[in-house]
Amino acid sequence: MTHLLEVIDIAKHYPAGKGAVKAVDGVSFTLERGETLALVGESGCGKSTTARLVLRLIELSGGTVRFNGEDITALSPAELRRFRRKAQIIFQDPYASLNPRLRVGDTIMEPMEVHGIGTPAERRARMEELLGLVGLAPYHAQRYPHEFSGGQRQRIGIARALAVQPELVVCDEPVSALDVSIQAQVVNLLKDLQARFGLSFLFIAHDLAVVKHMADRVAVMYLGRIVEVAEKNALFDNPRHPYTRALLAAIPHPDPGRRGHVTPLGGDLPSPLNPPPGCHFHTRCPFATEICRKDDPVPTGGAHSVTCHHADTLPPMGAAYQGHISETAVRRLALYAEASAARAGAE
Amino acid sequence: MTLLSVENLVTSFRTSAGEVRAVDGVSITVERGQTLGIVGESGCGKSVLSLSIMGLLAHPGRVTEGRVMLEGRNLLDLSSRQMRDVRGREIGMIFQEPMTSLNPVYSIGYQITEAMRAHDPKASNAELRARAVAVLDRVRIPSAARRFDEYPHQLSGGMRQRVMIAMALACKPKLVIADEPTTALDVTVQAQILELLRELQAETGMGIILITHDLGVIAEMADKVAVMYAGRVVERSASADLFDDPQHPYTLGLLGSIPRVDEDKTRLTAIEGTVPPPFAWPPGCRFAPRCPFSVEACTVSPPPLREVAPHHSAACLEAPL
Repeated sequence: MTHLLEVIDIAKHYPAGKGAVKAVDGVSFTLERGETLALVGESGCGKSTTARLVLRLIELSGGTVRFNGEDITALSPAELRRFRRKAQIIFQDPYASLNPRLRVGDTIMEPMEVHGIGTPAERRARMEELLGLVGLAPYHAQRYPHEFSGGQRQRIGIARALAVQPELVVCDEPVSALDVSIQAQVVNLLKDLQARFGLSFLFIAHDLAVVKHMADRVAVMYLGRIVEVAEKNALFDNPRHPYTRALLAAIPHPDPGRRGHVTPLGGDLPSPLNPPPGCHFHTRCPFATEICRKDDPVPTGGAHSVTCHHADTLPPMGAAYQGHISETAVRRLALYAEASAARAGAE
Repeated sequence: MTLLSVENLVTSFRTSAGEVRAVDGVSITVERGQTLGIVGESGCGKSVLSLSIMGLLAHPGRVTEGRVMLEGRNLLDLSSRQMRDVRGREIGMIFQEPMTSLNPVYSIGYQITEAMRAHDPKASNAELRARAVAVLDRVRIPSAARRFDEYPHQLSGGMRQRVMIAMALACKPKLVIADEPTTALDVTVQAQILELLRELQAETGMGIILITHDLGVIAEMADKVAVMYAGRVVERSASADLFDDPQHPYTLGLLGSIPRVDEDKTRLTAIEGTVPPPFAWPPGCRFAPRCPFSVEACTVSPPPLREVAPHHSAACLEAPL
C-alpha cells in the first residue's frame, strides 16, 4: 500500500539579494491514511511553508510530493484541481480566511460549485448537513462571518474544507487564535470528524500540549529542516534531539509545584538568510562540537529518526515531565466532565 | 505589604445598546514583590480592568464606582496631569504585541528615553542615553549600546518584548501590569521572558499584575490568582490552591479544556457554548448558561464572592463541589 502522502526532500528558497532565504531546506516525511502527523517548531522554522508546498499553494524549489503515489509537482492545472478536491486546508486566522461579503452558506457551497459537485439543491442539503456536523445550525447559513465568534468561524472553515470530502486536511495552526475553552471544542470536533470520515491530518502547531493531544506522530522543525520525527509518545518520553529537549523543557505546566523547572534555551533563532553552516542548531546547542559547525548531520532513519551528530551519545534527558495533580482537582474535574456529558445528553 | 488594592471597581461603557459594565464590581490586591495572575478569556474584562487602573480608558468608557488605591492613595481622585506622573514612574505597563506597541519610525533608544525625559525634563541627552543603555543591558539585550540606535523591525520578537519591558521599567515603577506579555512569543522565548520578569522582580521588589489566558504561565509565575469571567472575579486564591483545590465551575472548565503533556485523554472536557457579549449578560451568575452544575437559584441573582476555604473565595452557590 502506498503512503497517502510522501514528501521527499522538498525545498522552498526565496531569492534575496545575492543569497536565498531557505524557508524549507530538504524536508521529507510520510503520512498514512487516517493518521495525524504534527509539524511543530517555532516561528520561522518553515512549518507553514511546508504545509503550503504539500498542497502546491506555492511552487516548490525542489523535491517531490506524492499523493496516493501520484507526483503532484508535475500536475497540469486541471489535474491540480482534481488533487485539491482530495486535499484541503484549514487556516489559522478565522477572521482573515473567510470572505466577509459571502454568506456562510455560500462560503461552504463554493468549493462544491468549483468542483462541480451535485445539483444546487444537493449542494444546499450537503451544506446544511455540514453545518450540523460542525455544531452550527441551518439558519446560520444566511449570516455573514462578522456575526460569528472566532470559534464559530473556525467551525465554518472546517465545514468548508470538508465540503468536497477530502482525504487529507492540512490544519495550519487551527486553534492557536482561539480562547482556551473554545480551543478544546475545536480540538474535540477535529478528532470526532477524523474518526468519522477517516481523515488524514497534517497538523501544524506550536503548542506542544495540543500536539500531544492530537497527533499520532510528531516532526520537529528547526530553520527549514526536520530535526526529529517519531511516534508521539516516543518523542515526548524520550526526546533525542537537543532542540526537541529545549522545546519540551520550555513548556510551562499547569502545576505550581514545577515552578522554576523551565530551563530557557539561550539566544535567538538565526536568520534563515544566512543559516549557520553544519547543523543549523549548533549556535544554541549545549552539546555542539567541531563537527556540528562543519558538517550537516544526516537523519538516523527508522521509526524514531534524529538529525544530530551526537544522537547516540547524548546523555538521557531524565524522566519525562510527570505532573502533580491533586486528588481534589481530579475528582472535581471528573464531576465537571460527568455533569457536562449529562447535560449534553439531556438536550 | 499591600501595594495596590482595587475595591469594587465598576467600569461602564455607554453604548447604543445601553450601559454596559465591562468590569462589574472587581476587587483585587497586589502585594509588594509578588505577582497577581489574572486569568480569563477574551471579553472577560481583564484588559479593561488594567486600563482602568492605569487611567487609560478611552471614551465612552469610564469608572463609575469603586476605588484604585496605590499605597493608600486613590488614583481615581487624581487629575489627568497627576495621573501622567503616576504612569511610567509608579505603574509601568507591558503590552501583548511588541510589534504594534512600539513605534516603527523611532529608534528603540528614543522610545525608552521618551518616558524618562517626560518624568525628568532636566536630564541631559547623554545622561538619558546612559540610563537607557543600562536598562537595555538589564533586560539582557546583547550589545545594548549598539541596539540603542536600532529600530523595532531590526529586532526579533523576543528582543522587542525585552525592549517593551525595558520601557516599562525605565522609571523604576513599583507596579508593572503585564497584559499577555508572552502570548505572541514562541515557547522557548516565552521561557526566557518569564525568567527575566522573575529576576527583575526579585531585584526590584516590584509588584506584578500578570494578565494571561495560559494556566501554565500562571502556575509558573503567580503567587495569587483571580479568575475572571464576563466582567467579574469568580474565583480568588493562592496560585497553588487554584490548581489543587479548584472551586468555581468555570475554573474547572478551563482546567479541563487544556491538554496536558503528561496525560493521554481521548477527549478534552470543553466548556460548552461561548462567552456572551456584555450586552447579553444573563442576570444571576453569568456562567450559569454554560455551567453543568447550574440550578434554578443561579439565574436569579449574582452569587457573591465568598470564602469557601481559608483565603480562597469563589462566586458559586454550589461551591465547594
